[in-house]
Amino acid sequence: MTPLSPGFADPVLDAQACFRAVLEAMSRPGRVVVAGAALRPPAPLCRAAAAVLLTLADADTPLWSDAGANAEAWLRFHCGAAFVTAPDHAAFVLATGTPPALDALQPGSEEQPQRGATLVVQVASLGAGHGWRLTGPGIEHEHRLAVTGAPGGFLAAWAMNRARFPRGVDVVLCAEDRLAALPRTVAIQEG
Amino acid sequence: MTRNAPHPMPDPLGERRAWMAVLARAGADDIAVLLPAMPAHERLRAPETGLVMVRGRAGGDGAAFNLGEMTVTRCAVRLGDAVGHAYVAGRDKRQAELAALVDAALQDPARRDALMEAVIAPLAARQQAARDAEARRAAATRVEFFTLATMR
Repeated sequence: MTPLSPGFADPVLDAQACFRAVLEAMSRPGRVVVAGAALRPPAPLCRAAAAVLLTLADADTPLWSDAGANAEAWLRFHCGAAFVTAPDHAAFVLATGTPPALDALQPGSEEQPQRGATLVVQVASLGAGHGWRLTGPGIEHEHRLAVTGAPGGFLAAWAMNRARFPRGVDVVLCAEDRLAALPRTVAIQEG
Repeated sequence: MTRNAPHPMPDPLGERRAWMAVLARAGADDIAVLLPAMPAHERLRAPETGLVMVRGRAGGDGAAFNLGEMTVTRCAVRLGDAVGHAYVAGRDKRQAELAALVDAALQDPARRDALMEAVIAPLAARQQAARDAEARRAAATRVEFFTLATMR
């Protein structure tokens, strides 16, 4: 067990700044933003994923993660969030390795699509300008997002996730202190 | 506010519970005067003030009800590998941080005896003396009611 490290230096202002970054990423899908640059979360948690969970997760949002005991202890201390054993009961799912299948997560209902889970996936790196071709609300023509280390079969699973709109899962891709969001409305084509 | 006596049930965390209770009732200045020099600590959760709901139970076996909210300041610090926590009544952030620091230091067996002697024992004695003095003041005003029953 490694000793706990601190969370946000200023819980209110830093969480607000990170919330703004996630909002920016969600409303302009595929745009890469920086979050949590000053954090020192325990391995294998990356800074951006840690910042997203510190900002959005709390006692009302069940969490599921594959990150191991150290990361879970850190998140439990700083977010006060409860961990669940099954990913389909979680409001936020953190995947540092291979994530659970998108259709195995909570998609919300037709009446309450906001109950759909948010999947936070750690990937090797994120870049803009080449790679996936993103279109949909929030993108004027198209946006290019280069993701290395994306889960296998992700684009096929994403097409199925998008087909069940308004239900579905939103994804936040994190690499080091950079993140990009894929809300359930965005269409992705191989670049 | 009524100051309850420590919980009488034995439990494995009893010793830590007892010193945390003493620290929670001691003022920041009282702790600071007694505290020897400490190595630098890291704030895991900077002191923050909030409200907690105090719950009560009428008669000991009634249903729990919300008695009211009270202001509480909490803090968590790391000293070496030990994590110290403090929840103190009121909004004194310095007291919360000092109490958390002492809680972390007391978890280190090498420091415990010296700190118990230097910090916790004097604070506990002072708090006990204050409780006794108040109990004596209250006892002086006690009225005894007698029932006179006529037996035939």
